[in-house]
Amino acid sequence: MSNNKFGNSGKQYVTIRLAGQLFGLPIDRVQDVFMPDNFTFVPLAETQIAGVLNLRGRILTAIDLSKVLNVAAVNETNIERPAISVIYANELYGLLIDIIGEVVTLDSEQLEANPVNLDAEWAKISVGTYRLEDELLVILDIDVLIEELLNKEAA
Amino acid sequence: MDDLLNEFLTETNESLEVIDTELVRFEREPNNAKILDNVFRLVHTIKGTCGFLGLPRLEMLAHAAETLMGTYRDGATVSDDGVSTILMSIDKIKDILLALEETEKEPEGKDEELINKLLVLAGVFEDNEQENAENEPKQETDEDLILPEEPKESAGGGTMGRELKPGEVSLDDLEAAFLNAEGPDLSLPPEKPAQEPEKANANQAAAKKEKAMANQTIRVNVQTIENLMNMVSELVLTRNQLLEISRRNEGREEESEFNTPLQRLSNVTAELQEGVMKTRMQPIGSAWGKLPRIVRDLSVELGKPIDLEMIGNETELDRQVLELIRDPLTHMVRNSADHGIEMPDVREKAGKSKTGTIRLSAHHEGGHILISIADDGKGLNTEKLSEKLISQGLASESEVNSMSDAQIHKYIFHPGFSTAEKVTAVSGRGVGMDVVRTNIELIGGSIDLKSAEGSGTTVTVKIPLTLAIIPALIIESAGERFAIPQLAVSELVRVNQAGENRIEKIKNAEVLRLRNSLLPIVRLSDLLNMERKQEKDDNVLRSDSTFVVVTEVGTRSFGVIVDEVFHTEEIVVKPMSGMLKDVSMFSGNTIMGDGSVIMILDPNGLSQSIGSAHEEVEKNELSDEKAKNKDNDIISLLIFEAGSSDPKAVPLSLVTRLEEFDCSSVERAGNRHMVQYRDRLMPLVYVNEEGNRQTEGAMPMMVFAEGERVMGLVVDRIIDIVEAKLELQVDSDMEGFLGSAIICERATEVLDVGYFLPKAYSDWFERKEQVRPRARRLLYAEDSPFFRNMIVPVLIGAGYDVTAVEDGIEAFDLVQEGAKFDIVVTDIEMPNMDGFTLTRCLSENKNSANWPVIALSAFVGEASEERAKALGMFDFIAKFDRKGLIDALKRTEQVIDVEVAA
Repeated sequence: MSNNKFGNSGKQYVTIRLAGQLFGLPIDRVQDVFMPDNFTFVPLAETQIAGVLNLRGRILTAIDLSKVLNVAAVNETNIERPAISVIYANELYGLLIDIIGEVVTLDSEQLEANPVNLDAEWAKISVGTYRLEDELLVILDIDVLIEELLNKEAA
Repeated sequence: MDDLLNEFLTETNESLEVIDTELVRFEREPNNAKILDNVFRLVHTIKGTCGFLGLPRLEMLAHAAETLMGTYRDGATVSDDGVSTILMSIDKIKDILLALEETEKEPEGKDEELINKLLVLAGVFEDNEQENAENEPKQETDEDLILPEEPKESAGGGTMGRELKPGEVSLDDLEAAFLNAEGPDLSLPPEKPAQEPEKANANQAAAKKEKAMANQTIRVNVQTIENLMNMVSELVLTRNQLLEISRRNEGREEESEFNTPLQRLSNVTAELQEGVMKTRMQPIGSAWGKLPRIVRDLSVELGKPIDLEMIGNETELDRQVLELIRDPLTHMVRNSADHGIEMPDVREKAGKSKTGTIRLSAHHEGGHILISIADDGKGLNTEKLSEKLISQGLASESEVNSMSDAQIHKYIFHPGFSTAEKVTAVSGRGVGMDVVRTNIELIGGSIDLKSAEGSGTTVTVKIPLTLAIIPALIIESAGERFAIPQLAVSELVRVNQAGENRIEKIKNAEVLRLRNSLLPIVRLSDLLNMERKQEKDDNVLRSDSTFVVVTEVGTRSFGVIVDEVFHTEEIVVKPMSGMLKDVSMFSGNTIMGDGSVIMILDPNGLSQSIGSAHEEVEKNELSDEKAKNKDNDIISLLIFEAGSSDPKAVPLSLVTRLEEFDCSSVERAGNRHMVQYRDRLMPLVYVNEEGNRQTEGAMPMMVFAEGERVMGLVVDRIIDIVEAKLELQVDSDMEGFLGSAIICERATEVLDVGYFLPKAYSDWFERKEQVRPRARRLLYAEDSPFFRNMIVPVLIGAGYDVTAVEDGIEAFDLVQEGAKFDIVVTDIEMPNMDGFTLTRCLSENKNSANWPVIALSAFVGEASEERAKALGMFDFIAKFDRKGLIDALKRTEQVIDVEVAA
């Protein structure tokens, strides 16, 4: 697929799969996809926090996306799940997912608003949905996602 | 060039620059005592150092300038002529310094014209150059009045009825010097003058180069230091990784050839790290240096008399952090002055003193720096705040009703919230505390506020020392490793349910008997809500042994049970992710040598979670404890052997370092023994002068240093460091010992460092036989820890019950709290409240009005002595004058006895 298939309105997303559902993350926010190992458990932290680990000399806070979205991850152990690293407010975070998918380019004009009956938690952190041929792709807003978690901590 | 001289030049040049600008300011605002004090002190220091280095010409000039300033300090009217004469003499000093730098000798020449002028202006002595004084209109009537007195005083010879110490120059000497018309430079070899210009001419270029050397401080871009710091952090991490590898390889057959270089790398890294850290640290005093002025101006503007007290000026923190807190601090102090402190009439009605007090203090605590800004003003009005909250729509009425006072108070950190009824030029525009909070939080700090209506508000700012590298103890609990800052760990205790140290229970609270106290015990796994490892459960405790990390936070100690204790390691504190900030148990995280991340436990967090129920009790105990600590000072003592196997002790704080030298490295010069130590010769003194000395192998010694002087005191064996109460019980008949005390249940001879110091440098100070008056309570205020440590044993040795405090405020606080003393000994130059002010305060307080006060100062000068007398001080003694001090104490004794008898 060419980047410019949709002209200026084309946007690239990294797709991920979690508990069967397909999600998309804007590619310009994704730093890295990696297989985390050597987690350090952080006692007393929120359940969404899977732990901290050392990613090439920087300390990364790993967030269990399945716990954020309140779905059952297919793969329950932290170890064999891939993670996507993102930067928010100059800090490094890692989102633990089930399966990493391919990069897709989609026309942003085709992005549809979330259905009104979508789970409130999901609706908060998602900017909309694409109707792909055989399934739906929910686009996540990384900033809101992390902000929500930060606020939850502060509360 | 001589190091000492070089340092002197650098320092003096810097001081002179300050003096220049300050004097100009002073000319504009001659009533600013602060500036004058500052200039006075700088000139004083120059004078003192000159005396020490044997530079009589400079010393005389500085002394004369100081004398004139002294009269200004004592209230004489400042004349333009005076200031310009002082400026002239400063220029002259600069000239002499320049020559000194080129030739390393004071240039020949006389300054009596200038000195005369200075002294005439000061009204110290009359001269045929009366026209100078007459040029001045009748401005100096004050001095005219003093005139007849002063010369008489000088003519009396010793001003205090005692001998002058080396380095001290009395006015008599000065006068004699002028009358002789012969400079004091007699010590110079006669051929010098001829040689001097020649050398100077020939080597002008070289001399210039050397001149540049005197300018030894450079400005470095902060970014450069920042980069350096980052590199060092990385280096430390790499070093740790290497160490980890070598640790893993330990025990294998082949001794790795890497071990030695690795050890060296490790040491060098540590030193480098320390050095870079140091470049970043600055005393907090530099951040609030402008505050006194701001408060003064505010107090004038607002018409409220306000005292600003500053405690902990010397607390160091990262310069970057310092920059960032400067504005918030200023803002908060302004707030206190504007909103906190009431108008004088309101205060009076409320039964407070007319003058409001704002107290700034700073200290380190568990890897944080705590800064508090306290005022004794009206406090926050909870009711008014609540109304405002509701009217501004920040909270509903029912919400407000359910909030505690503290919660409501916190709203002053809310954006757009202002409590001031009217907007003043000073504050009240609603962009206040929330900005402060944001700024503090930006650097990872937190801010807290406590307020009691009617009695004041205290804002506490806690700033972590981010990016710092700290030594930490690595422990394990429930299968996870954690780091705990070494600073907070006072000891490790192995507990064994079957053995001596066992954990006992009071209901559910676990405690451990540790020497004289009952230590509350918590399990880290419980605190962190982690499942205990099965095999380390209660059952195991009964049989197996476990580690208790005894942790100290502030005045509170508690034990933390952990499963495993590993090694200590230097760790680089990395700030925690925002998502984890609220987990108060941790202060940060770090990357270990093996690449894994571990959490750093926050001792404050641990302490807080251990029973906030104790808090109330704790607070009450705190003040008691403080008083208790002052009563019977527990001090660290170094126990050693020398001569015999009987233990001997010396206060650890007096010892600069412990070193070992091989006997073969001792060099002899005449009868003196010395070793090369840090590129210098360090004289050695043996504790057992007659006994058998070691002739081979390593020779342990205690190094004592004061300024440039270093001495090694050789002992046979260093045994231990213990905490004990130093209470001399028996006088010593042995030379060099103060007496015997019971330390660790053994009779121990306490070393008199003062006896040995002059053996290395005969002029260190003069030793005097012990005097033993009855035990009396003595309050000793001194800001320099060195002197405190040196004088306190002398006082204790002389039989006094000594309470040592760091400054005048602390001293006076004690007195106001009702502490009783028989004698007060105080340093003159101290931060926050100097000795003179303390004396005045004491004499105004009815309980302490009759206590004799002895001033102890490094600077002995006519003006100060005059002032001391005027204030009714009992005596004025030089710091090094132990004999004088003991004699003066003896004399107060007689006075007290007389009073008691009468």
